[in-house]
Amino acid sequence: MTDLNDLTRTWSGTHGDKPFGTLDLRLTDTCLRDGSHHKRHQFTATEVHDIVEALDNSGVPVIEVTHGDGLGGSSFNYGFSRTPEQELIKIAAETAKRAKIAFLMLPGLGTKDDIRAAQDNGGQICRIATHCTEADVSIQHFGLARELGLETVGFLMMSHTQPPEVLARQARIMVDAGCQCVYVVDSAGALIMEQTADRVSAVVAEIGHQADVGFHGHENLGLGVANTVVAARAGATQIDGSVRRFGAGAGNTPLEAFVGVADKLGWTTGVDFLKIVDASEDVIKPAMPEECQLDRMTLMMGYAGVYSSFLKHAGNAAERFGVSGAQILLEAGKRKLIGGQEDQLIDIALQLKAAQESESPVTV
Amino acid sequence: MSAKKLTAAIVGPGNIGTDLLFKLLRSDVVEPRWMIGVDPSSEGLKIAADKGLEVSHEGVDWLLGQDELPDLLFEATSAYVHRACAPRYAEAGIRAIDLTPAAVGPAVIPPVNGLEHVDALNVNMITCGGQATIPMVNAVSRVTPVSYAEIVASVSSVSAGPGTRANIDEFTSTTSAGVVSIGGAAQGKAIIILNPAEPPMIMRDTIFCAVDPDADTDAISESVHRMEKAVQQYVPGYRLLQEPQFDGPSDLTGGRRRVSIFVEVEGAGDFLPPYSGNLDIMTAAAAQVGENIARHLLAEKGN
Repeated sequence: MTDLNDLTRTWSGTHGDKPFGTLDLRLTDTCLRDGSHHKRHQFTATEVHDIVEALDNSGVPVIEVTHGDGLGGSSFNYGFSRTPEQELIKIAAETAKRAKIAFLMLPGLGTKDDIRAAQDNGGQICRIATHCTEADVSIQHFGLARELGLETVGFLMMSHTQPPEVLARQARIMVDAGCQCVYVVDSAGALIMEQTADRVSAVVAEIGHQADVGFHGHENLGLGVANTVVAARAGATQIDGSVRRFGAGAGNTPLEAFVGVADKLGWTTGVDFLKIVDASEDVIKPAMPEECQLDRMTLMMGYAGVYSSFLKHAGNAAERFGVSGAQILLEAGKRKLIGGQEDQLIDIALQLKAAQESESPVTV
Repeated sequence: MSAKKLTAAIVGPGNIGTDLLFKLLRSDVVEPRWMIGVDPSSEGLKIAADKGLEVSHEGVDWLLGQDELPDLLFEATSAYVHRACAPRYAEAGIRAIDLTPAAVGPAVIPPVNGLEHVDALNVNMITCGGQATIPMVNAVSRVTPVSYAEIVASVSSVSAGPGTRANIDEFTSTTSAGVVSIGGAAQGKAIIILNPAEPPMIMRDTIFCAVDPDADTDAISESVHRMEKAVQQYVPGYRLLQEPQFDGPSDLTGGRRRVSIFVEVEGAGDFLPPYSGNLDIMTAAAAQVGENIARHLLAEKGN
């Protein structure tokens, strides 16, 4: 029996074989990374330990742990971490018996030194995310990660903003730099199934003979699982989700639901459905500040194509300046803001406030 | 006014070098006389030749082989090239103004320490994000201690050249070092975002500073407005988008208040389009620093 984590694929293209030993799909849970947004980056060491233990015990092969915005994300702009992320990565690596620990980094925010530290703390998979037109900023980081012997994953964020052929070209840049799996990332939860399939197919056609293709979905239009199923049918073999949707925006693809769907479809994921459902109720739920909701704010994100982790920041700015959070998100969509530009939400809120005040003169 | 000018060479006829050329052509104290590249088909070399400069595509070897050497040299190539060439410039007695992140010489931000290093043989311009934000960190730290400052620079994708893209870590490390050494913050962090929106976005920067809960907010605001005016002296399109914002202390910020400053940098449109304020502030600051050095040297000669 092949170990869950043995990446049997050699990247030379062994068509016909299952890429991950006995598995059809390799799942990554991102509660402890994308969920960091929902948690406002306030994970404790105990929560991380307990969640990793439960996910590992359910058979989840990869668990991502980092500040929501990746290595170095603890900041004014994105929110300060309660516990340093490198400490959390270390705890996760020490806790997991079978699962590999992945970490995320965004060039322009994190640096090569952060990657080295994450590896020293037991991180084994380096996931490097860029906006989906800017893959060339990741070249030096993929080079380093491979040199260090890390497994590599590339994230093309906000994939809904670009047509399939652009994503394929950007995926090519990442693979040429040393990336072993390129994810189509629906950061805004804005993709509709056919658009997902077209994008995944184009990336598979470009790099499928050399690397895996993955899909990372969000729930802002309620399509996380549906998009993930069509992505898998289009050739994605690595799949992201968060148990109980514990993630950004309306949350990520609910991993336990996808495991159940995969069982029904006869796709082997190596994850025990009953165990992961128990983990969802008994371990994940208590760690969540509240359930991830499909509500006015999060629907607006899917509808306007806004980066999911803007949710809490837009909410904060709305409250601070007495303006509509939904309006902030719509304006963020109009301004074509991309991941990382959380600071601009404050500027938008101040503009809305000024407009509000000029429309309704103060009565004495 | 003295008609005397110092001579200058621009090495690197790319976007930055060419935009810098337009700015130096207007200078009272610096005369751009040479433009140096390595590619005979370079557009920048053609433009420089049209403007009456002596041009060569045979690199700095050609320049350093001339009988007459420049007083000043503006390096607009790459950090790698500048590190290799800097000792040769120094040996030849040429003062180098380095627009790459090589950081061979001391860093200069014109309205903060523009007159401090006029004697140095080599000065460094940090990064575009540093030129746009460090003045504001300094504006705050002049008034009250800044325990931590963080800058977020958003620039249009089309204005980020291959050098920036290949070495984005250098941007973050060089800029955050400048936030501390020149901005005056105890700790610094820098974040850069390349946004591909069309039409291209004008450079925007946000500066966050952590200050004491009882810091004088009026004095901070006033200092920030004064700094805006100071930068506008050489970058007229540099402007505050909002009044500085002050957020109350919280546990998450270790009991410090957060000052938020939002700026936009619109370029002068000399050679590069106005949205690329990030490049304009670099060339404008370099021209300013070159002029400061020239005035200093001319004054010394005059004595």
